[in-house]
Amino acid sequence: MFRKVASSTFLLGLAACVCGNAWADGDSPTINGKLLLTGGVSEVEGAAGGGLTPWAVIGGNGTASQVGGNAHETYIHTQDFALNTQGATIGVANRVEVSIAHQSFDTRDAGKALGLGANFKFSQDILGLKARLLGDAVLDQDTWVPQVAVGVQFKHNENGAVVKAVGARSNSGTDVYVSATKLLLAQSILLNGTIRLTKANQFGLLGFGGDKSNAYHPEMEVSAGYMLSRHVIVGAEYRTKPSNLGFAREQNAYDAYIAWAPTKYVSLTAAYVDLGDIATFTRERGYYLSLQGGF
Amino acid sequence: MRAFVLLLLPFLWLSVPQSAQAQTLYQTFGEQAGLTHIVDDLYAELLVDPRTKAYFDGAPVDRIKKLLVQQFCELLGGPCVYTGRPMRRAHEGQNINRAAFNALVEDLQDAMDKNGVPFHSQNKLLAKLAPMYRDVQDRP
Repeated sequence: MFRKVASSTFLLGLAACVCGNAWADGDSPTINGKLLLTGGVSEVEGAAGGGLTPWAVIGGNGTASQVGGNAHETYIHTQDFALNTQGATIGVANRVEVSIAHQSFDTRDAGKALGLGANFKFSQDILGLKARLLGDAVLDQDTWVPQVAVGVQFKHNENGAVVKAVGARSNSGTDVYVSATKLLLAQSILLNGTIRLTKANQFGLLGFGGDKSNAYHPEMEVSAGYMLSRHVIVGAEYRTKPSNLGFAREQNAYDAYIAWAPTKYVSLTAAYVDLGDIATFTRERGYYLSLQGGF
Repeated sequence: MRAFVLLLLPFLWLSVPQSAQAQTLYQTFGEQAGLTHIVDDLYAELLVDPRTKAYFDGAPVDRIKKLLVQQFCELLGGPCVYTGRPMRRAHEGQNINRAAFNALVEDLQDAMDKNGVPFHSQNKLLAKLAPMYRDVQDRP
């Protein structure tokens, strides 16, 4: 598993680095202007943020007149399921972020019990857009005003027939969110809060809307981190989710993470994650690993 | 939710000062002698860093260093008064962008590391310096 994660992420990272050099050739040596870890890592849906939730930061190392980007691979493993996410993020002028991600949710042996066949995989593509509205999470240390961004995630589940058979109303959906991020630098604490309007069942992996509810629900996502050094931050996240499907309840998710950035171009995040009940399987808990390379 | 609150407890504990007789921040930085070393090391780096060196062509570096020691000393609660020009006026005409500002932060972090200032004390100084970007940056 590690070898697979490492090799494909290396390729993604290499692709990102090639783009980076191409850009840097025609630009001043002042490229890569952001401070370490202040661009966050890549959350599970591709946006710059923590592990399970977007932050108001713009991905990549670019500042005002620069483009930055990164590629990432994330692997979550619980007792019965596994989720693999690959994606890339581009940040423009520290103002706008575009992200793409592909998720593959492996039902492993559970697939047989669910009548889907062992190792049945749900797949989902996510296109994310985010715009920073105001504030600077890192530098505005003399005010409580956070950095605020709005974002949208267009999600398309490739297993329409299956997700509709379990009660989902649609195999595509759009999440809209507002994030506020503040670094309390004197305390070395990073805080984030996100409000998301969503119909997604299990992030969209089980489709959107359901027999219980087909309305947009406001959901809350919070995270806090404590910087141990310039290179290491530890923290926790909590994310509420709707429960739209009658066949199995959906619960809230949380994680405790450690992220390590040996340089501005690479980060490794490891977490303990609790996703709650998934598709009649209870208390799905396990580990989360994410590797990111960027420019 | 309860689990999340429990996860946060260690961070709250970590953020509380560990000793009632803690050093003052100024002492943690080594007072006047420590700040002089930090600023010397900072400028040794800024003058060769490709992201920042051009800004110091023909600049009165010795005088800037003296003023910077004063400013850091005052910000850290030491017995000093900054006698230089306001930051806004001091950086007029420099066209300092965010990348150069952040390069300065990184070089300062390196200088503080080199002089043994603990990371969390470093951040207390950086928190006071960070908002100055509004007066320093992009001022033609």
